[in-house]
Amino acid sequence: MVPLEWYIWLATAVFAIGVAGFLTRRNIIIMFMSIELMLNAVNISLISFSYYLQDLRGHILSFFVITVAAAEAAIGLAIIISLFRNKATVHADEMNEMKG
Amino acid sequence: METALKFPVLTPAMPEIIMLIGALAILMLDLIVRKKDFIALASLILAGLVAYNVFGAAGETFGGMFVADGYAMFFKLIFLVSLMLTILISIKYIEVERVNYGEYYSLALFSTLGMMIMASAGDLIVLYLGLELMALSTYVLAGFLKHSLRSNEAAVKYFLLGAFASAFLLFGISLTYGITGTTDIRAVAAYISENGLSENPVLLLSVILFSVAFSFKIAAAPFHMWAPDVYEGAPTSVTAFMSVGPKAAGFAVIGKVFLIAFASAKLSWVQVLIPVAILTMATGNILALMQTNIKRMLAYSSIAHAGYALLGIIAGGAEGMAGVMSYLMIYAFMNIGAFAIVILLRSEGFQGENISDLEGLSKTHPLYAALMLISMFSLTGIPPTAGFIGKFYIFVSAVNAGYTWLVVVAVIFSAISAYFYLRVVMYMYMREPKEEVRLTTSPAVNLALAISTAAVLLIGVLPSSVIDLAMYAAAGF
Repeated sequence: MVPLEWYIWLATAVFAIGVAGFLTRRNIIIMFMSIELMLNAVNISLISFSYYLQDLRGHILSFFVITVAAAEAAIGLAIIISLFRNKATVHADEMNEMKG
Repeated sequence: METALKFPVLTPAMPEIIMLIGALAILMLDLIVRKKDFIALASLILAGLVAYNVFGAAGETFGGMFVADGYAMFFKLIFLVSLMLTILISIKYIEVERVNYGEYYSLALFSTLGMMIMASAGDLIVLYLGLELMALSTYVLAGFLKHSLRSNEAAVKYFLLGAFASAFLLFGISLTYGITGTTDIRAVAAYISENGLSENPVLLLSVILFSVAFSFKIAAAPFHMWAPDVYEGAPTSVTAFMSVGPKAAGFAVIGKVFLIAFASAKLSWVQVLIPVAILTMATGNILALMQTNIKRMLAYSSIAHAGYALLGIIAGGAEGMAGVMSYLMIYAFMNIGAFAIVILLRSEGFQGENISDLEGLSKTHPLYAALMLISMFSLTGIPPTAGFIGKFYIFVSAVNAGYTWLVVVAVIFSAISAYFYLRVVMYMYMREPKEEVRLTTSPAVNLALAISTAAVLLIGVLPSSVIDLAMYAAAGF
């Protein structure tokens, strides 16, 4: 049987990739994808904990995470589109209306 | 005969259920009703009805996942007060900004519903869901000025960083679940103290992840960078709402997670929160000194106030938590009072966001200048205003907990803050008006100003009204 640690290391690695992607990439869509990657890393860890603990809570939470991520995607993309209508860019560095 | 299927008792969750049904009804009402003032009035009545029900709802339901105790009640009152004041200051403002749509009010109601669920959460799953409901509604509100590039930008920044922070929160929840095998907040606390896990490195990692996520929500340094841009770009009424409600909700869950779930690991999270609190007070107060935009200045001021409130969390116990709670209640009144004046300055074709726009306000509008003066004095913490009382109780609780040096640091930063708050007063009272300033007054804004100023003065003179209630609400810690 695959030990629990492997799954947790996998989840941590995927989460770290997501964090690194969010911090280094400047395209808003790719930053958003990195956040989704982080959420899915959390799902991996939740499901593996849930399986090894033989407890359903982790499964339930992961379903909620998937649902909320869908809502978040809908709202996030809507916000990005409304920005794009006023200024045709998806580059984070070009969002510089406010400074100080 | 007892059946396996039992319907949960709904009484403790009644305020939330009414809020949900009402918010959905108002969303529908928007299709039929042309006059948006009516929708604002309906939202106000709904908020009042919910506040009335908050007092009657006590107990826990859904297997301990939803807890309506004194603690939750006090926070719900803060959220509902800030919601009502926000609605009052919004009515005229969103008309001036030409975004007079009904969904503005239902989004604010949904956001408040999320905060109420956070304050009542007995389980980390419920806490997460409440937080997301609050955050998702607030992202949309921040970008409500569809045709303003600054508002779009604010929404994108708020959304990206907020979603980033929620992912940290989830990873923290997942690790806590992994170590303790449960997500119930009290069961987590019991498991940690029974098994002596307070020094566990994985638990420490999850404490750090929670700290990062909550620091984003309450805009504590070094995770405050979004706040000035979002506060400046968002519609002013939404900024007033965001700087009070979600911040108070953030503190409600910090109290639940750190002071209840991780109570036995206090030594480790205090070491994380002390540098965060000092850095927050430093960045908030020092960067506010050089702002020319008043919304931006109030954003840095709100960062600094999160730092003061963190002292109460660090002090811990019933006294510290009561200090934080009464502080947040007072902060709601004084901050919305200040934002109401900023909203008055906005009129057709005039932005009115620079501090210099207030020049000579005491000559042209002496009453409004006096109200702004009271808000600024209160934010500085000058007696006999409520701001002094709030700071006083937090600092006393920190001294009693043995953090005298931290209080000395906080008082020094508080003295620095006098410079930028009193500069606003100086502009109003000691400068000549350079041009005719036309204020967009309306009865609703006047009512909001009257309520917030009366509360600031009343709590300042009779502090026991709020302090006793907060002490009663925080008795469980």
